[in-house]
Amino acid sequence: MTIAPDKNSTELVVPEGHVKLVIDGVEVVAPKGELLIRTAERLGTVIPRFCDHPLLEPAGACRQCLVEVEMGGRPMPKPQASCTMTVADGMVVKTQLTSPVADKAQQGVMELLLINHPLDCPICDKGGECPLQNQAIAHGRSDSRFHEHKRTFPKPINISTQVLLDRERCVLCQRCTRFSAQIAGDPFIELLERGAQQQIGVAKEKPFQSYFSGNTIQICPVGALTSAAYRFRARPFDLVSTPSVCEHCSSGCAERTDWRRGKVQRKLAGDDPQVNEEWICDKGRFAFRYATADDRITRPMVRDAETGELRESSWTEALQVAAAGLLAARDANGVGVLTGGRLTVEDAYAYSKFARIALHTNDIDFRARPHSAEELEFLSGTTVFTNPDNGVTFQGIESAPAALLVAFEPEEEAPIVFLRLRKSARKGTTKVFHLGQFTTPAVEKTFGTLLACVPGAEANALNALPDHASDVVELLGKPGAVILVGERAAEIPGAFTAVARLAERTGAKVAWIPRRAGERGALAVGATPNLLPGGRHVANTAARTEVERTWGVEEGSLPANPGRDTTGILEAAANGQLSGLVVGGVDPFDLPDPALAEKALAQAGFVVSLELRPSAVTAHADVVLPIAPAVEKSGSYLNWEGRRREFGTTLEGTGALPDCRVLDTLAVEMDADLFTQTPAAAAADLARLGEGAPSGSSLNVAAPLQSPAGAGKAVLATWHRLIGNGSLQVDEPHLAGTARPVVAKVAEATAQQFGLETGGYVTVSTERGAITLPVETDDLPEGVIWLPTNSGDVTVRATLGAGHGSIVSVSGGKS
Amino acid sequence: MVNPLTPVLTKRWTEPRSWTIETYERTGGYTALPKALKAHPDQLIQQCKDSGLRGRGGAGFPTGMKWGFIPQGDGKPHYLVINADEGEPGTCKDIPLMMADPHSLIEGVIITSYAIRANFAAIYVRGEVLHCIRRLNAAVKDAYAKGYLGKDILGSGFDLDVVIHAGAGAYICGEETALLDSLEGRRGQPRLKPPFPATSGLYASPTVVNNVETIASVPFIVNGGADWFREMGRDRSPGPKIYSLSGHVTNPGQYEAPMGTTLRQLLDMAGGMKDGIPLKFWTPGGSSTPLFTAEHLDVPLDFEGAAEAGSMLGTTALQIFNETVSVPWAVMKWTEFYKHESCGKCTPCREGTYWLVQILQRMVAGNGTASDIDTLLDVCDNILGRSFCALGDGAVSPITSGIKYFKDEFLALCDQNSKVLAGANA
Repeated sequence: MTIAPDKNSTELVVPEGHVKLVIDGVEVVAPKGELLIRTAERLGTVIPRFCDHPLLEPAGACRQCLVEVEMGGRPMPKPQASCTMTVADGMVVKTQLTSPVADKAQQGVMELLLINHPLDCPICDKGGECPLQNQAIAHGRSDSRFHEHKRTFPKPINISTQVLLDRERCVLCQRCTRFSAQIAGDPFIELLERGAQQQIGVAKEKPFQSYFSGNTIQICPVGALTSAAYRFRARPFDLVSTPSVCEHCSSGCAERTDWRRGKVQRKLAGDDPQVNEEWICDKGRFAFRYATADDRITRPMVRDAETGELRESSWTEALQVAAAGLLAARDANGVGVLTGGRLTVEDAYAYSKFARIALHTNDIDFRARPHSAEELEFLSGTTVFTNPDNGVTFQGIESAPAALLVAFEPEEEAPIVFLRLRKSARKGTTKVFHLGQFTTPAVEKTFGTLLACVPGAEANALNALPDHASDVVELLGKPGAVILVGERAAEIPGAFTAVARLAERTGAKVAWIPRRAGERGALAVGATPNLLPGGRHVANTAARTEVERTWGVEEGSLPANPGRDTTGILEAAANGQLSGLVVGGVDPFDLPDPALAEKALAQAGFVVSLELRPSAVTAHADVVLPIAPAVEKSGSYLNWEGRRREFGTTLEGTGALPDCRVLDTLAVEMDADLFTQTPAAAAADLARLGEGAPSGSSLNVAAPLQSPAGAGKAVLATWHRLIGNGSLQVDEPHLAGTARPVVAKVAEATAQQFGLETGGYVTVSTERGAITLPVETDDLPEGVIWLPTNSGDVTVRATLGAGHGSIVSVSGGKS
Repeated sequence: MVNPLTPVLTKRWTEPRSWTIETYERTGGYTALPKALKAHPDQLIQQCKDSGLRGRGGAGFPTGMKWGFIPQGDGKPHYLVINADEGEPGTCKDIPLMMADPHSLIEGVIITSYAIRANFAAIYVRGEVLHCIRRLNAAVKDAYAKGYLGKDILGSGFDLDVVIHAGAGAYICGEETALLDSLEGRRGQPRLKPPFPATSGLYASPTVVNNVETIASVPFIVNGGADWFREMGRDRSPGPKIYSLSGHVTNPGQYEAPMGTTLRQLLDMAGGMKDGIPLKFWTPGGSSTPLFTAEHLDVPLDFEGAAEAGSMLGTTALQIFNETVSVPWAVMKWTEFYKHESCGKCTPCREGTYWLVQILQRMVAGNGTASDIDTLLDVCDNILGRSFCALGDGAVSPITSGIKYFKDEFLALCDQNSKVLAGANA
């Protein structure tokens, strides 16, 4: 806590750990170690700066922030950089406001920065929001004395497919290189050459391949770094900026969406110290064009009885057809609901309520990915009741003495969690342990320790920690230690049981960090077969009655038995035990068994699809209802911390309707009232329910014994990469170009066993199909092969019908 | 007049094959080492303090005090790094010393390492001087063979390894923190201070960085004692000093004389100005030190004397220019050097030298105006004391001192360009 000067009191109280100094004649108390530039800023004096950034280590390179400093009554002989000098007791500081020396020094540096800066502001993307432009006006000369030749460079150069560099605009503040080295841990850009020829650059054939490269563009104080996505698209002063929340992963980053004439032009990181600080990943920044893809569905469609093809229809017709079809299916064998993991809390709530009161079923599941009953037990027993007050948070990670990551790839699955882990690991606060299969870049960049095991053996590894890695268990016993579990744990029998036991033994807090923005919210609102909103168990009569009363439905009308999970729903639909499906934003190829999903969609009597773009679901749907993408609706996400991340509508008046509105109207056609006409109404309806009481969980899934894979076989390890084939990444080729190379990974010994050559190809196959791709060796356990789940031509689920822990055949292959 | 030369560091230079370990030992070399190893390290630091030895790299920091800053018993390794990245225009004392008498440096390195409790020392040599690097490598090899380096030196239990590291030819790496970054394999650019090398130097461990001439003096101090050392030179700048005379003198070269010797005395020793053409200007310690003129012939050349006269002792590289040399031209050439060698880290030095060169080149080409002189001085003012390290300060010294003493020459270059309105004089 720092104390701003109070004009009424004569004597400032200096608390423990603070010092008193004078800035521009004003006494101020500042915490020890604070940089002068920040103390001055708290007083309202902005000292111009370029290299300084509050989240980067001080550099003192640009020399723009010079001030006069007096220590112990003696003026220091030279002006000092206020971005590198920390406060001291009795210090007297004079900024440009009171010191002609400081003012001249700042004007001088500004003039020097401008001599080589091109006068291309009128065509520069930064023009209008440029710190150099702004500060030159505030602290610079109005004319130039420079009559010589400016330094020029060929422009621009691509330092990745996404990031472009105009070197002659660069003021060499090194924010980008320092961000990449310190924050992201991807030092692929560096200073090259020296003197006036000094420039930022990349090594030959080593592009700036970082998941966080876009942040360098945002913190660049000039227009030197631009993105291929935004370059020359707009001027900042023509844009409307709307605060928003990222719709991709479960971190729930604060963003700023800049748009013009009904079209999003770019996204920037918002400043939220509790969540994403000032950073976002490149997916969050650049993957937004899916909403404007050419094939976006904007009109309802109904399958024509004669042609068997979908045809555009009116909303009235589509809703009537859908309602009639669903009512008939409900009264036959019932309807299942698959919601996907990308819904807002409000939309997911509408699906949850729709299933219960319009379809009279608990057959609803948000898990459009591999899942297990054990996972559901864990989520509904503990995770659903955690929130930032009682659970793990970003800031909790930063102060944790130890973090054990179980089946969780932070850089690929929740990049902002990765940044926090790296931040605290780099400070030496947090020791990070990765229970995984090989030393991924994230293991190295979090200074972590890999606890390697065969896929599927994670539970056994966890159970054996006290015997084999007592130091890990000891560290996890320290107050504040955390265990972070990823979505892949659902593919590992016994993993959640083992995590719960370890947490019980050590007292470490557990957080479940799913990959998708909507999963945690869907869990909270009961888009699961066993829960009603607020974590209330469907089998609990009192909880059910509570919900029935709040919803104003007849007592005893809510279904009392837990429903089917995603696979259960698909199996039932495939063999006729379910007559209809309502599917919202599910890509069948993300499901554990895409073939089953296709069969279910084909066999189900009646399918309603709520979708943005044509998919394998709409191909089978009887009615397709278009819904709004995130920027065209309001709502909230519940991030993995359980923190509500509310956002307003960015693009108003596009006519696109949120899922909750579509479902509300559909329910009316089916003679049920959801009261979810708008996200705000849905949120209010949800709020009336409050939270239920935890019913406790009974996790008891034994870790299976591993059996050898057999000759010619290997155990498959697989997870999604941040940048891959995700359906929200379409239409952004520059982002796709920064994806990591698509390769298989095996141990050296495994490569020899299967006769695989370095730099060669490997063929991985199951009864379903085969994938051939380049192979690299890494430090995996023997007999294990790793593939990206869904990158480029490698679609593990669709082609192989396999997942993490599956047994696959491996052979040398030619491309 | 009495010959004022005091050959100490240079006393072996005239010996045949002076660089060999045999010559070194025959002429009293490696006799200080056994004495030092019998002493307590703190005694050596105290002796160095008592001797008043000051750093010969230019700044003149008291050497014993620098050694005393190394925290002892901190559990970290300590390092000694020798700055042999001699690259200042005019400066040519360390390379001849290492060529002629490398073992005096090595013996000094061993004694200093013992004093600061370092078991590893690196000699960072300018990369262009391959012959010197070869000679040092050979000398280190010989010292290992004789047991002066390696494990349990002379049975004392003290271990020391010495590495000769070749730089890649960047002037900035003579700045001690840039040198450390370069030595660690990084880009050679100065580090933010604090922390200072004494607590967080090479590999973030306590490190002493000293100049070649400084460390080569150490064995002589150990043998001769602090009082002997103080017999030479002046009270606050004691000891002998190698003065490097270059330019328009009859006999350019290295003249080792007590601190405080004047250029007049040195010129006498060097046979006077070449061809009798009178002296016009000179640098007392390399191009980074403000110019002197014939008025300063009697300035005592030690740290205080040079500073009082408005310059710096620097590296005692006396570049001597006679009346045939144009000051603006010489200043331009020096500035071209600084522009070429600016590391680029900070704005004032990087951009300022880029600008200054262009103004000076334009003036020397006869296209300057009087206002350019004001611009030069103002840009210099915006560099001096505003840059990240001292190299920016050094870059403006020739310009500001050149204009201070020879403004007429700069103005003369602009005469033809003074703008006169047509008909104004009619």
